[in-house]
Amino acid sequence: MTSPYVAVLIMVALGLAFAVVAVGLSAVIGPKTYNRAKLEAYECGIQPTPRAASGGRFPVKYYLPAMLFIIFDIESVFLYPFAVAFNQMGLFALIEMVLFIATVFVAYAYVWRRGGLEWD
Amino acid sequence: MTTLAHAVTAIGGIPSLAFGESPKADFSDTPVWLSVVKGVFILVYLLLSTLLVIWFERKVIGRMQLRPGPNRAGPFGLFQSLGDGLKLLLKEDPVPANVDKPVYKLAAIIAGTLCFVSFSIMPMGGSVWMFGHHTPLQLTDTPVAVLLALAVGGVGIYGIVLAGWSSGSTYPLLGAVRSSAQMISYEIAMGLSLVAVFLYSGSMSTSQIVASQHSLWNAIPLVVSFAIYLVTMVGETNRLPFDLAEGEGELTGGFHTEYASMTFAMFFLGEYINMFGVSALATTMFLGGPAAPPVISLIPFVNGGWWGLLWFTLKLWFFIWFFVWLRGALPRVRYDQFMRFGWKTLIPTALVWLVFLTFIRGANNGWLGTGAIHVGRLTFYWSTIIIIVIAAALALVVASVWDARAQRAEAAAAEPPPEEVDPYAGGFPVPPLPGQRLREPSLTASGLPEAPARVVPSEEVHHG
Repeated sequence: MTSPYVAVLIMVALGLAFAVVAVGLSAVIGPKTYNRAKLEAYECGIQPTPRAASGGRFPVKYYLPAMLFIIFDIESVFLYPFAVAFNQMGLFALIEMVLFIATVFVAYAYVWRRGGLEWD
Repeated sequence: MTTLAHAVTAIGGIPSLAFGESPKADFSDTPVWLSVVKGVFILVYLLLSTLLVIWFERKVIGRMQLRPGPNRAGPFGLFQSLGDGLKLLLKEDPVPANVDKPVYKLAAIIAGTLCFVSFSIMPMGGSVWMFGHHTPLQLTDTPVAVLLALAVGGVGIYGIVLAGWSSGSTYPLLGAVRSSAQMISYEIAMGLSLVAVFLYSGSMSTSQIVASQHSLWNAIPLVVSFAIYLVTMVGETNRLPFDLAEGEGELTGGFHTEYASMTFAMFFLGEYINMFGVSALATTMFLGGPAAPPVISLIPFVNGGWWGLLWFTLKLWFFIWFFVWLRGALPRVRYDQFMRFGWKTLIPTALVWLVFLTFIRGANNGWLGTGAIHVGRLTFYWSTIIIIVIAAALALVVASVWDARAQRAEAAAAEPPPEEVDPYAGGFPVPPLPGQRLREPSLTASGLPEAPARVVPSEEVHHG
């Protein structure tokens, strides 16, 4: 029996083929007319400044959820093996899991208290 | 996978520990060409479902808003979305001058590719005979299948971020950062709600999770996890009331503002197929996957085989209907409300619920003492009952504290407004509320005496 991941790769290949064919087909059969105004960015006729694609800036507060995400997502990833192996591991797993969640909760309460979860 | 299993073994210190139970579905009689056939089947199934769901959504929302919805093309307007798709295919695909062209195209292809992949692990039915081979109606299954689905969803965000970043325009950039912040915020709560399922099923293989629900669907014992998953799946797919990434009033089209023709269609398709993806995961994790609904399952021949596909599709469309119903019934939330709800409500709820479930699970395994009472054929451990009582008491205490705080805040907000107002206090004129007196602007600067306060009759304010 082949690896189960071969089938996943087959699905990726099929999806990719569909997307590439669809996008390529529209590029081939779609009309092409040149108009300079059509190629401008969606704005009221001016060029957006600063240009987003080359070093554009966006509000710094978006970084904060990204950093907090790393902490809490790693936590949930650590909880997966615990949860799966819970029945085999016995009381040890229960105590360990509760201690782990309590530790993360301290970090969570700290972030909340310091205003890290406030959006405005 | 094996590396992960070894890592877990090393951490746990128990050498005999296997990483959960291996997949239940048997793929030993499935040659590679049959996997390709099943892959094509999934592709066609999803594309047809997308055509149908766009029509379904427009029709249901039309009815909710007292209008007929699409009804011209074909019977009941069924060919409407087919026509729309063909129109998109025949349109020009202009590439704006500002964009980073390779990444711009790549983003659309990522969005149109990865949405299909999470379906490869969904059990869509029982075992069937297909071209002389006995094979499950599921493309593949691995011991960490659900992790695979979550990972594919995570990579799917790249399509949105790259689209916004490469467009070289302001609205797509803002839409993309909004969308990614939104998706990663809700992914935490989603991941935590799934931990409960792994705890109950003892596996991350989808077929094993389905098999573990044969007596009771997970949605009933894990009702809080199910509710959290329902909310987060709407946030994950950027659907109303959480479609802040494309709030038309603020960001025009969001991350796909600069896209047209088939590249736009890829994002559109990706959004709808992602809806099917999260719905299929919800079906698998909480509603018993392709198992027949409780009472109907008593009929002997409707379980398993091709019948599973019917039940799976019905459950899928139940969630799709839920999505459409939300869109028709709820207004869009504000971004700060959305983030606050995710970070301050969903995550702590999921964590506390998980701790509670852990104790219940441990008590049911008899780790916290084996004293028990017997009611008929059922056995209840004392420890389970004690934990439920403690949890209920704690919930009551927290609820009453919360309620008292809310009441205090309400009392503070209900303070009567002042009798006399200065209309220029904020630097610009503000009309008085009914019953309030207006203080005349002070004229002392010009040397004139201060004017007496004038009473504004409330009638005049009402109609003026």
